[in-house]
Amino acid sequence: MHDATYQGRLHYLQKQLMADYYAELTASAEGNGAPAAYLLIGGNPVELLRAFDMLPVYPEVNALQLAVKKNSLGHIQSAEDMGYSTDNCAYVKADIGMYFAGRKTPFATIPEPSLLLCNYVGCNVYLHWFDHLAEYTKKPAFHLDVPFIRTASGRPTREDIDYVMRQLHQLIATCEEITGKRLDEDKLRRAIELSSETGKLWSEIKHLTKHRPAPYDAYFDSVTMMAPLYCLRGTEGGLEFFREARDEYARRAAAGQGPLPREDVRYVIEGPPPWPYLRVFRDMFARWNAVAVASTYSTVGGLWEFGFAHDPDHPLESIAEHLLSWNLTNRNFLQRYDQIERYLDEWNAEALVIHSVKSCRLFSAGQGDMREYFTKRNIPTLLVESDLEDPRYFSEAQMRTRIDAFFESLAHRKLTASASASGDKA
Amino acid sequence: MAIQSTVSFEELIEECNDAIATIDFADAQAWKNEGHTQALIGCFPVYTPVELFHAAGALPVGLTGAGNKIEISHADSRFQSFICSIIKSTLELAMIGNLDAFDGFVFHSICDPARNLASVFARTMNTKQVEYIHFPQRIPSYEAVVYLEAEYRRILAWACTLTGRSVTDEDLRRSIALYDAVRSAIGLLYDVRRNEPHKLSTLELYALVRYGHVAPPEKHLRILEHALEYVRARGGTPKDRARVVVVGSFCEQPPMDLIASIEQAGCYVVDDDFLLGRRFFTGGIADTGNPLYDLADAYVHGSVDSSVKHDLGHSKALSLVQRARDHRADAVVVLTAKFCEPALFDYVLYRKALQEAHMPHVFLEFEEKMWLFDKIKTELETFVESLLFS
Ligand code: SF4
Ligand code: SF4
Repeated sequence: MHDATYQGRLHYLQKQLMADYYAELTASAEGNGAPAAYLLIGGNPVELLRAFDMLPVYPEVNALQLAVKKNSLGHIQSAEDMGYSTDNCAYVKADIGMYFAGRKTPFATIPEPSLLLCNYVGCNVYLHWFDHLAEYTKKPAFHLDVPFIRTASGRPTREDIDYVMRQLHQLIATCEEITGKRLDEDKLRRAIELSSETGKLWSEIKHLTKHRPAPYDAYFDSVTMMAPLYCLRGTEGGLEFFREARDEYARRAAAGQGPLPREDVRYVIEGPPPWPYLRVFRDMFARWNAVAVASTYSTVGGLWEFGFAHDPDHPLESIAEHLLSWNLTNRNFLQRYDQIERYLDEWNAEALVIHSVKSCRLFSAGQGDMREYFTKRNIPTLLVESDLEDPRYFSEAQMRTRIDAFFESLAHRKLTASASASGDKA
Repeated sequence: MAIQSTVSFEELIEECNDAIATIDFADAQAWKNEGHTQALIGCFPVYTPVELFHAAGALPVGLTGAGNKIEISHADSRFQSFICSIIKSTLELAMIGNLDAFDGFVFHSICDPARNLASVFARTMNTKQVEYIHFPQRIPSYEAVVYLEAEYRRILAWACTLTGRSVTDEDLRRSIALYDAVRSAIGLLYDVRRNEPHKLSTLELYALVRYGHVAPPEKHLRILEHALEYVRARGGTPKDRARVVVVGSFCEQPPMDLIASIEQAGCYVVDDDFLLGRRFFTGGIADTGNPLYDLADAYVHGSVDSSVKHDLGHSKALSLVQRARDHRADAVVVLTAKFCEPALFDYVLYRKALQEAHMPHVFLEFEEKMWLFDKIKTELETFVESLLFS
């Protein structure tokens, strides 16, 4: 239903870049490429790995690609045969199932890791996941322990920063050992410069949806841009992609073009998407001419739109800042309420949709409270449940009914509000 | 509720059972009203550095959900159906006013639901007095100790604001020594059960340990010491039962009837991880002159395995096999709370290691709110039969 061709060139570019990235993964798996370092999306020090010419591999991205390509269920079930529970995060299960199936996927052969870098940024499942990978692969593991944001100031303590800095120095030593190379300071600086520029462009892009109509959908299109943002951050190709994206969306904003023929509803969405049913889910909103103008999910790996940029003059310090403060995953649940409130206000949205996914308790645990909080503030709020990876939890008919009912009542509410407003005037 | 040395062992256990059965925290409230403590601090599992609160003049009280003594009618609208029971029952207790006498609460980085609960709790209780301890996961390492010492200093300062007291190193040392004595007495009781399991049932041991959740440590220590005298003097001969190690119940607690049914099914539980935070260390806490450092160092270098701690230095699964062997166990019972991801993840590695070591095991899930145990009992009985007759 939505107009998927409106950003044709960008889609093409994104596909091309990701295909190149996956070709690098396959080359590494076949012994012709760079050593692979597995790491997680939530605020990460990929720039450091780039400085060592290590190839970043994101098990979360691989898992979601499996889901998008309708390839996750078999792997999830093989993991369950190994003893994983139906209640364990299905990203982990899909990844581990895929690992034992020979690491072959429809998009790449995933290389064995030379380093398992568990950047423990918020999500406790990260630790279990990488412990298990360490057990299965017998490869070196490094836990980069990032203290969670827990003080009233909403900022890390001085000791938190020192602790992370000390660990970054140790990580450098570990990378030197694995690659046999000394840290190349110039390369690190360049990677940080590229990340910094990329982050600024991404932030500009995020702010463009303040336009009416928003030039793109800040959920369904943002998730497409997240792949290059994470897999290619710190590279020239990644930066080039975001220049094009910024130019394209700025042009569309100026021309008053949106992702749908009409923009009737501007909403904020919280939670990861149901990857196995992304298209179906998107159409459920499109038929109501509802456009997401902001999404929390697109900030799991960085909150650039609220002012963060890497600093090439202080590479390690800015990596530490990114890990500690400038991503959704390491912030506490009430900070997420604040984030959503900012979106509602500054991006001029009228409703909140919470997609509660069973796998990811980092996101979902307590979302009933979030619904209560926003409902009490008179924000129409819808909470729907499914999963980000496991197709068994997506009930299409039920989902459609809930979403239809919500937008119907929203339309009704708007109608009554405008009727009473015109009545007041009369 | 003074326990006299003239009371029998059975009466002593009954006292403990009475104290832990209530969910209104009346004893703790009374303790505060009588002026024995300046503040009550609720501590969510798994492990809390209770010494800090005690030294600051507060009574640390263990929050262990509400078992099957409560109907969840508010908290289930805040946390979804796929979240473990203890999260909801603890919030429910707050929402119905049972925690009103508390001055502060502390949660820890054990899992994602507990972390988000800390936020929801602060909002629901409309209090800023909710603290969160991020325990280090770069274990073992020196920098983790340095970090944790600073974290403890921050938490101690907070506790002092609740009690209005300042704390000296000497205060801290005294509290550490007191809790060390408690841990050591618990350790001796565990030794008795391990070596002569017919002298101390798991249900009795459980009640004795859990009493420390709601009672001041001074009182808890006296009870443990009495209990130790009693059980050492007990007679009897061991029955023909399977010796099992129970793991997986380190946070949400199984109903006591379920604990009883493990033994009723024909087992001696020779080790377990119930209420793990009460005996979190492998030895005593060192005294190097800096008590906060010592406490932090004990966490990083001298604490037991747990599903909420990730130690790169060794495999938890292999340690479990070794523990079972050291305890001359015939089998392992993996008893996990439903929806408890840390336990469920660890189970996969346990299962692999136990199978490779030819150590029989059974996997069972429970919820604290369970009423009916028939199915789980039958599973246990079948398992035990297979052990005894194989
Ligand atoms: S729980 Fe959520 S953040 Fe953590 S690994 Fe799973 S999907 Fe990712
Ligand atoms: S029972 Fe498990 S999931 Fe629930 S709070 Fe405790 S550790 Fe977390």
